[in-house]
Amino acid sequence: MDKIFRVNMTNLTTRVETVPAAWAGHGGRGLTSTIVAAEVPADCHPLGLNNKLVFAPGLLSGTAAANSGRMSCGAKSPLTGTIKESNAGGTSAQMFARMGIKALIIEGLPADDKWYNLHLTKDGVTINEETALVGKGNFAVIDAVSERLGKKVGVITIGPAGEMKMASANISVKDPDSKIRSHGRGGLGAVMGSKKIKYISMDDAGAPGVTIADPEKFKTAARIFAKALLDHPVSGQGLPTYGTNVLVNVLNEAGGLPTKNFRYGQFAGADKISGETMHDTIVERGGKPKHGCHAGCIIQCSQVYMDKAGNYLTSGFEYETIWGLGADCCIDNLDDIALADHHMDDIGIDSIETAVMMGVAMEGGVLPFGDGKGVIRLIKDEIGKGTPLGRILGGGAAHVGKTFGVTRVPVVKGQGIPAYDPRSVKGIGITYATSTMGADHTAGYTIATNILGVGGSVDPLKKDGQVELSRNLQIATAAVDSTGMCIFVAFPALDIPECLPALIDMINARFGISLSGDDVTNLGKHILKLERAFNIGAGFTNMHDRLPEFFSEPVPPHNAVWDFTGEEIDEFWNF
Amino acid sequence: MKITVKLFASFRDGRFKVEERDTPAGTVCRQVVLELGLKEEELGVVMVNGRHAPLEQELQDGDSLALFPLVGGG
Ligand code: SF4
Repeated sequence: MDKIFRVNMTNLTTRVETVPAAWAGHGGRGLTSTIVAAEVPADCHPLGLNNKLVFAPGLLSGTAAANSGRMSCGAKSPLTGTIKESNAGGTSAQMFARMGIKALIIEGLPADDKWYNLHLTKDGVTINEETALVGKGNFAVIDAVSERLGKKVGVITIGPAGEMKMASANISVKDPDSKIRSHGRGGLGAVMGSKKIKYISMDDAGAPGVTIADPEKFKTAARIFAKALLDHPVSGQGLPTYGTNVLVNVLNEAGGLPTKNFRYGQFAGADKISGETMHDTIVERGGKPKHGCHAGCIIQCSQVYMDKAGNYLTSGFEYETIWGLGADCCIDNLDDIALADHHMDDIGIDSIETAVMMGVAMEGGVLPFGDGKGVIRLIKDEIGKGTPLGRILGGGAAHVGKTFGVTRVPVVKGQGIPAYDPRSVKGIGITYATSTMGADHTAGYTIATNILGVGGSVDPLKKDGQVELSRNLQIATAAVDSTGMCIFVAFPALDIPECLPALIDMINARFGISLSGDDVTNLGKHILKLERAFNIGAGFTNMHDRLPEFFSEPVPPHNAVWDFTGEEIDEFWNF
Repeated sequence: MKITVKLFASFRDGRFKVEERDTPAGTVCRQVVLELGLKEEELGVVMVNGRHAPLEQELQDGDSLALFPLVGGG
């Protein structure tokens, strides 16, 4: 039977609870948001006594369903002040599910100045004082915990940025190669740091595993689903070959690759940092062009990127990171960006927030545009060491903009705008504006339809149809984020008719229920409304669903401007 | 007339990245695609001067035609 593990850091007690009926149908984002909305006062301080940090595997995590190993983490965000869910691969979602942990809820704050670790088994949680690993980077923590407890244990950890409660701190998760995947966005690492938990280890020895109500039906649906993933050209060929970074050239061509802190839509050095170049570099140096972030991923958009000498530099090297330090900061050296990515993983800060922040810092004169070595130094020696400048930078793009008097600050609700210019790809602008999470491309990925021709086509430069497109995708995404599925299953789901029904069939077969497509849509709507209600309680209004003023400046090459009125944006919530 | 053709991702294999080509006036995108030995069903994104274009679109002198297989990321 599934259980809730609850940890109270104020009195250092733990409990195993049965799952309340109201939570039974939820998993992943649906569950973290439900728990945060139910138990966290919306007006609390994100780093204070009343915030809670919640981890929940998806509804299908721990089963044989392809790509179902994503873990959701939720809390009130220190970066945005909104509700937050950030999901990641790695080995922990599957271990949670096998141990029957529906959610882990961490509440309270320790009264003393000590650091702790948590250890999870199928029977419960123990809280232990931690001294040796405090101040250490994530790679060292994962290695040391594997050394202490064995190679097979799962690890969820924060680096120095989380310990210092920086608003861009992330939470890192051990992947199948003992490297790192991250709950990146929203500063959830700072919440874990506020609770003085350096790491969470887990051992699923003797765990009961996941029971499937209708194994035959499950197997049939799983086969159809996996075939759709492999048959679609994006998930079957493009992603495993070039990674997500294949997008650099596409967005550059479309004039939507934000360059020099969102001044231009094209970058002269694009080909040097493109997925095509990255693929050739990886092959030449003996790295791995394709790699999964969790066991059971059959798309494998990740990779292992080596340095010139053939040593491991980074993995999970994503388009957004490469765009952000590349085009947005005008750095055309892929090795510099890879080394920066390595340090960001080790220190434990979100690579999107940090890249957008660096663009703002360059705007503010902290370092020149194009200074790759300068970026590496700031990450390692200022942010990583928590110098006064490092603490300012670690606060994220909005924070740095204020500190240096910059007005060109690409954020919504305090979160850095990722890799697609909202003026020349207007659908994603609606997603940035309205997402309950602050600017977030994954919340409703209109790039598929605006740029890539997946799921139909909507002209990226025109306003027509964008609000509806973003709404439909945000509803669908909220539901998919509850299943434990990687969001890239959306590519086949949008184009191959059997794919989505197979996904729903797997959920039905797993739990012995009979959800329809409409039920799933309603679940997505319910989650979005629940998250929005939390944000309203936290003081957000429709006036926060707006893009920064500077997007009224035309962006070359199409000289597109952000021309949605407030009323047009507010239409989003009419469902 | 002169046009620039840009190829991306797997379309570069055994072909080129960027090439200037001389084509007769009235050439449409589809003709260039076929001349390159690409199949219509392999195409993901077709852009002329950075805007999505149908294969029937007639090319003008100085145009830049970009061809991508179906790719994605995020
Ligand atoms: S496709 Fe990429 S992000 Fe998705 S599960 Fe696989 S490796 Fe992870």
